[in-house]
Amino acid sequence: MSLTSDYIKNKNGNGEKVLSIFLTAGFPDKQSFTKLALDVLNAGADLLEIGFPFSDPLADGPIIQQSSQAAIENGVTLDDVFIYVKEISNQTDKPVIMMGYANPVLNFGMERFAKRAKASGAAGVIIPDVPIEEYDNFFENHFSGLDVILLVTPTTPNERIKLIDEKSRGFVYCVSVSGTTGMRKEAKSNIEFVERVRTHISKNKMLVGFGISTPDDVESYKPYCDGVIVGSAVIKSLMNENGSYNETLELIRKLKALLLAGSHE
Amino acid sequence: MPSKTKYNLPDERGKYGKYGGRYVPETLITPLLELESTYLKLRDDPDFIAELNSLHHEYSGRPTPLTFAENLTKYFNRAKIYLKREDLCHTGAHKINNALGQILLAQKLGKKRIIAETGAGQHGVAAATACAKFGMECAVYMGEVDMGRQSLNVFRMQLLGAEVIPVKSGSRTLKDATNEAIRDWVTNCSTTHYIIGSVVGPHPYPMIVRDFQSVIGIETKEQIVKAEGRKPNYIVACVGGGNAIGIFYPFINDDVKLIGIEAAGFGIDTDKHCASLTLGREGIFHGMKTYLLQKNDGQVSEVHSISAGLDYPGVGPEHSYLKDKNLVNYFSVTDDEAIEATKLISQTEGIIPALETAHAFAYLEKLLPGTSKDEIVIVNVSGRGDKDLNTIREKLEL
Repeated sequence: MSLTSDYIKNKNGNGEKVLSIFLTAGFPDKQSFTKLALDVLNAGADLLEIGFPFSDPLADGPIIQQSSQAAIENGVTLDDVFIYVKEISNQTDKPVIMMGYANPVLNFGMERFAKRAKASGAAGVIIPDVPIEEYDNFFENHFSGLDVILLVTPTTPNERIKLIDEKSRGFVYCVSVSGTTGMRKEAKSNIEFVERVRTHISKNKMLVGFGISTPDDVESYKPYCDGVIVGSAVIKSLMNENGSYNETLELIRKLKALLLAGSHE
Repeated sequence: MPSKTKYNLPDERGKYGKYGGRYVPETLITPLLELESTYLKLRDDPDFIAELNSLHHEYSGRPTPLTFAENLTKYFNRAKIYLKREDLCHTGAHKINNALGQILLAQKLGKKRIIAETGAGQHGVAAATACAKFGMECAVYMGEVDMGRQSLNVFRMQLLGAEVIPVKSGSRTLKDATNEAIRDWVTNCSTTHYIIGSVVGPHPYPMIVRDFQSVIGIETKEQIVKAEGRKPNYIVACVGGGNAIGIFYPFINDDVKLIGIEAAGFGIDTDKHCASLTLGREGIFHGMKTYLLQKNDGQVSEVHSISAGLDYPGVGPEHSYLKDKNLVNYFSVTDDEAIEATKLISQTEGIIPALETAHAFAYLEKLLPGTSKDEIVIVNVSGRGDKDLNTIREKLEL
């Protein structure tokens, strides 16, 4: 039983691939964040990943580092993030996932965090600095009832992909590049790797993320995955000074249109 | 002491009790596993050991002396004080012990490029030195604040052929330099080896750096037994950069009081200090579970020490374990106490210590009055103070 995986299966069943959008909680604006998140969903996002900020985000490139820092400076705490998640999930059936680093969770209390996340209506969590070796200690006792989405990367060997698929709930997050989050100038899609992952997972759906920012990126990965994740490109768009809000929603509409059934492959 | 004789850590999961581990993005797991298995093979390989020993002897000038500090002993008029002279190592600090070990490891791993983080610049200089000697490409991440206060070391690294990359994020010190080095490694791990400079980070780094720095304690034990016919009563070292674990570890099963000194900055009653073990709480940071200075919401604190090498909100996971088990006692001294100690040691012994090392010396003021003349105290002189002259001059207004 997983809200996230059921949702993805349902969409895929209609011939559609899903679009997951990452937003940093409380960015760019603490007061109007819930409205932004709902507008993003209305523009076509199927899943929402709400990043709770951390001072030292090791897996993130400069754009999400900046948004995370800005959120901390805006005074965004986990309590605020749980309120956002609750407000958003009250108004949508789409999965809302919380994403962030291990330390704020440990500090909040793992059990307390899991309870609050469930009570707020979160579908699951992504904690990129908790690999499967630490999984049992971190998640086993308290996170049942929440999807725990694990990542595979180009350095992950095949046997390990199988182990990760076994443990992951919701979907497998396929990191398309060895590197941090963010847009890349020499975007070269890593189809070979995505296909390798595809042949070694059996339980989960697979979404591709990291370095996906343009319609071209989406089109090149679309045939090989169950959906794509876009983060930095959206955050970057929100950072633009002039009229960025509507342009951001337009970008999401455009990306989602490419993922609909019958759209050109 | 039965608890000491059983000491055999980390366990196979890289844990020191509940501390340590491998809290990193998935991309780094495979490189860390490769590093671990290569290291475990080489650790007992006679050729590898011989090659490293020869470098220690012929290149960095080991063994370093254990100097009887006659004047300092007279000054306190209590226990005899000996100094383990890591300041006399090539490049001026204990950092070269680890850099040479890891450069050999990088070669066995087939990596062509080295990255490092640095605070005071001593580890950066040691990494740049090892890279120059072995013909490897070297990039060193350094916070902008540290580049200012350790400008001489920036130039040394550049002269040695390394690229020094300024880090402008966060507090622009060692913590942020480490973030950027890890991000570089996530991106380039197929070609690049990351030489971490201290007993921090994800497993196996804290173990590897400890093992390479343990040469300090192994020599010290031989030297003090030769000089005095017995082991010391106390060993004092500043907690930073792996020098403390390096001298403590070979004594961990012995009846010797081990004392680690943290940086109290402006004082532990202010928010400008780096006393992670004294005032931190369990956290996950830079790939390890350890004592961490953090705010109420789990954001990592911006910390302060006059010494760039100690200016870090975390601490090696093995220290966290040793503290909880009372196998090492940890105390802290302030910026001002460290500066006073710098002056004292310079003028009594003719040795200008690094500001990091000065923290260990400053604790003698508290420790020595409670000792007796038939006891022995060893201080690990982790590095020399040339790099800190600008900071010291400003403070003393000489």
